[in-house]
Amino acid sequence: MLLYLFKRMAVFIPTFFGITLLTFAMIRLIPGDPIELMAGERGIDPERHAILRAEMGLDDPIVFQYLNYIGDVLQGDLGVSVVTKTPVLDEFLALFPATVELSFFAIIFALSIGLPLGIIAALRRGSMIDYTTMGISLTGYSMPVFWWALILMMVFSVTLGWTPVSGRISFLYYVEPVTGFLLIDTWLEGNWAAFKSALWHLVLPATALGTIPMAVIARMTRSSMLEVLGEDYIRTARAKGLSSWRVVMIHGLRNAMIPLITVIGLQVGVLLAGAILTETMFSWPGIGKWLIESVRRRDYPSLQGGVLLISAVVIIVNLIVDVLYGVFNPRIRKQ
Amino acid sequence: MTNPLLHIEDLSVQFGSFTAVENLSLKLELGEILGIVGESGSGKSVTMLALMGLIAYPGKITAKKLEFNGKDLLSISAKERRSLIGKDMSMIFQEPMTSLNPSYTVGFQISEALKVHEGGSRRARYKRCVELLEQVGIPDPTKRLKAFPHQLSGGMCQRIMIAMAIACNPKLLIADEPTTALDVTIQAQIIELLQSLQRDQGMTLIMITHDMGVVAQCADRVNVMYAGQLVEDRAAEKLFSEPNHPYTSALLSALPERSKGKNRLPTIPGIVPGPLDRPVGCLFSPRCFAVQEQCSGNRPPLELDSDGATRCFYPLRAEVIKSTELKSEIEGVDHQHDLEKTEGWA
Repeated sequence: MLLYLFKRMAVFIPTFFGITLLTFAMIRLIPGDPIELMAGERGIDPERHAILRAEMGLDDPIVFQYLNYIGDVLQGDLGVSVVTKTPVLDEFLALFPATVELSFFAIIFALSIGLPLGIIAALRRGSMIDYTTMGISLTGYSMPVFWWALILMMVFSVTLGWTPVSGRISFLYYVEPVTGFLLIDTWLEGNWAAFKSALWHLVLPATALGTIPMAVIARMTRSSMLEVLGEDYIRTARAKGLSSWRVVMIHGLRNAMIPLITVIGLQVGVLLAGAILTETMFSWPGIGKWLIESVRRRDYPSLQGGVLLISAVVIIVNLIVDVLYGVFNPRIRKQ
Repeated sequence: MTNPLLHIEDLSVQFGSFTAVENLSLKLELGEILGIVGESGSGKSVTMLALMGLIAYPGKITAKKLEFNGKDLLSISAKERRSLIGKDMSMIFQEPMTSLNPSYTVGFQISEALKVHEGGSRRARYKRCVELLEQVGIPDPTKRLKAFPHQLSGGMCQRIMIAMAIACNPKLLIADEPTTALDVTIQAQIIELLQSLQRDQGMTLIMITHDMGVVAQCADRVNVMYAGQLVEDRAAEKLFSEPNHPYTSALLSALPERSKGKNRLPTIPGIVPGPLDRPVGCLFSPRCFAVQEQCSGNRPPLELDSDGATRCFYPLRAEVIKSTELKSEIEGVDHQHDLEKTEGWA
């Protein structure tokens, strides 16, 4: 098991270098001079410009610059935001919990609706239930996130008034960040009103963000389940006199989960991309909104660092998926 | 014993308009070994799956009587049926490797059958599992219980399947081509194992097989099936010495052991008719070496005789002279279907 884990981790080392190279190159490819950009419209005299260039290492050969960058990254130094002058890593870590909280609830939403829908559709193949659930899932998959977010806001916030429109928590509450996760922080404080407010603020963004993964999971669960239910060992399980519930949930789902785990892992990447849109729509103070603002402000260090960190998160999630894959599939584990 | 263990009368299984099994009747006593033989597609497995209640939705089962151990299987609830199958009546299948769940250990899967039907403590079940593995001849049972199916050979897997099936001491064990997927040396071992278990436990064994050799080795009685119909029912010895139905006779003469000195292994030309090309008359008539005019117009009924039953207008034993006359026709048919020979029963 440990060897398997190390093998999987080894694969990610070249991936990580590939990403640093890409983000590094992307920034260099964008036209414009960072010093002129920092100086802004006032401009800068050529002498000072040359000194700054030398100071910032921009005169070094490009390979050196890259190696310097890698060296900094490996030491946890992602540079300083051009706009706020705070280290990129600090900004990222301050905002990251908000995105994790949102994504976590989005994936919970996707799983708790998608899995049962897929299982029911597979068990009632060809019935009205099957067509209806698959129709819903196709619709969910096809809807653009920003449009879906607007519709949700219109219906549930504006017309019905059930949920808040945007933000992470009502402005009435101030919560001292301990973990950065509002639900945990308010719970630790015992501030139930704030906890409730934070939870209500989560409902719409999590639904909007979780809809596409929900649709994908429902469809994949259905097809995976259909395949598994036709297997010989399902017949064996029935022949043992087991209840239908046990046959489907214990013998069926366990095997259907093997391909599903990979799909769910890939959805995390989709989720982070979706978070950029969702967070912007709902003014959710997370990584997505921060990245969009960095683009708008031409804050290259933030952008570069942010993309790198998000990639690292996706890599780690995939590593977890690989481990889970081994847990669910004994044929992988023992080899 | 007055009531037979298993009593089937006029069982039919239909998939849409296709009749997979037609009016099959069967009576079995406790401790009997029945061999069911026939080519692929003759409805052997479907009959037994119907008995177990494992025919999925589009399949429709009708019967005048379907009784097991005094219980009417047609009227009991699904729950009552589930308490019977896997306990008093259990089944093992053709492909042992895929019939075991790849995600669970062997121990879990055997123990599950015990848990559902007999309960008992975890420790008691574990003890019983070890006992069962010993009984089916698996060395080092405590280690094997922790193994996953993919770590075991096909023969091992079939032994595990057998252990699972006999876990609750069933009265009836159905073995659906238990050796088809295994290599020859293992085949013999598995058959011997089934025979010895049957002897020790006094259970009834139904052995579905392609292999006439297996039937000869262990069955008391043989049912020959063709295209969903029972065509001959007879005690094994009698069937082998004096087959009454032309199909039985053709199956027997296709045995390699019986065709010594011939250049070619005799086969039955053609294949079992599918759902769309069933003949109007006797279902076997297009392939029969003894076919007569009446055969292609009407379907023969199953007729009882002194020691069994045959579904044929011209049973071989009753008309000894005719069958000798027809020798020439056999060769004629053979020539016509030379090309199809490879598809025949082998």
